Amino acid sequence: MRSVIDVPDLTLGELDHLMDTAEDIIARPDRYSEACHGKKLATLFFEPSTRTRLSFEAAMYELGGNVLSVTGAGTSSAAKGESVADTAKTVSCYADIIAMRHPKEGAALVAANNASVPVINAGDGGHCHPTQTLADLLTIRREKGHLDHLRIGLCGDLKFGRTVHSLITAMSRYDGPEFVLISPEELKLPGYVKNDCLREKNIPYTETTSLEQVIGELDILYMTRVQRERFFNEEDYLRLKDSYILTPEKMKKGRPDLCVMHPLPRVNEISVAVDEDPRACYFKQVLNGKYMRMALILMLLKEAGKL
Amino acid sequence: MRVDAIRNGIVIDHITAGLGRKLYNLLGLENVSAPVALLTNVSSAKLGRKDIIKVDANIPVDFNVIGYVDPGATVNIIRDGSLVEKRRIEMPEMLVNVIRCKNPRCITSCEQELAHKFRLTNREKKEYRCIYCETKVALL
Repeated sequence: MRSVIDVPDLTLGELDHLMDTAEDIIARPDRYSEACHGKKLATLFFEPSTRTRLSFEAAMYELGGNVLSVTGAGTSSAAKGESVADTAKTVSCYADIIAMRHPKEGAALVAANNASVPVINAGDGGHCHPTQTLADLLTIRREKGHLDHLRIGLCGDLKFGRTVHSLITAMSRYDGPEFVLISPEELKLPGYVKNDCLREKNIPYTETTSLEQVIGELDILYMTRVQRERFFNEEDYLRLKDSYILTPEKMKKGRPDLCVMHPLPRVNEISVAVDEDPRACYFKQVLNGKYMRMALILMLLKEAGKL
Repeated sequence: MRVDAIRNGIVIDHITAGLGRKLYNLLGLENVSAPVALLTNVSSAKLGRKDIIKVDANIPVDFNVIGYVDPGATVNIIRDGSLVEKRRIEMPEMLVNVIRCKNPRCITSCEQELAHKFRLTNREKKEYRCIYCETKVALL
């Protein structure tokens, strides 16, 4: 049974297919409004999440399907000590496809190995969040017209930010990317990501602590939040959370065709005043996420012989 | 120093000096009731110094453990005092319940029944990663 745990599970051809499908959904939504009629998506969210769960649920409803939802470990059988494997086997009896978020890394793989329906990883701790990356790829393709030969700035928490790691992995599969890594010393991109994704593929990258110095050179600026839940130590979180704040003044140094992205939710790392700037693409990114989730649900259900 | 020849069992030879004890522990040989010898820093024409493990019993041995600890080791199977098989060891593609993932955020840290599985991701660097969280295991 095909599941999607991480973006590399999908070939470049499949990514193109998903983006093409998403574009078609955007252009002709009526064609898809009953595509999943009679099918059920189970959203198993064992960790707080609003937008990802709602995005999956909206995606399934817009495909004409139904949703079964579990939110919070405290209200589910996990609170009674049920294993992820047993939960996946049980929910497979009720649903045609599962989207799961879990605080532990690798939980989605355990679910996929035990479910008899496709599993989509909706985030497993700090490990992977593939559908966010799918949203990012579609946003870049729609805003820039292509995915190759782009200079991508990643700013904020590059150490714990799983969306950053996934995006680097995904963009490193296209031609000619260049990365500018903007972070405080304590939140620099981990060495293994640099080794596996950048050095081994001879992809150029620079590291800096100054957003102002590099913003004018970027095609994409990907902002991230310093996430409280990734820190064991509250003091470290408080010290680093305001490291980078994007303001209209800083935006003046950016190119006219700069595309500013953020996986959201933001706290204060992008000033609300930036929202009016036509280069702010983060709410388009949210919408693109829903379309890519629709495309992914369609693809996996078709492959499973359920459509 | 002399250690008696064994009648039935295995000899793990050409272990890189210093890895014998690690291999002994990972193979669980402390729990074997038959005679077991761990020889360390033995002179070797090929290696200079080497470790050797001799087990004087037909016990099941996980060759994947040997391949993980020291793929350069050789295994001699002895039956009725004669060498019946000499095996070259390779690094296994997958390690199951040989080592444990130490990442506190990994699903294996809270689900006790889950097997600890590591996949060989770089043969040259002898690099294994947890299949669940992709944490790299430290080199021996």
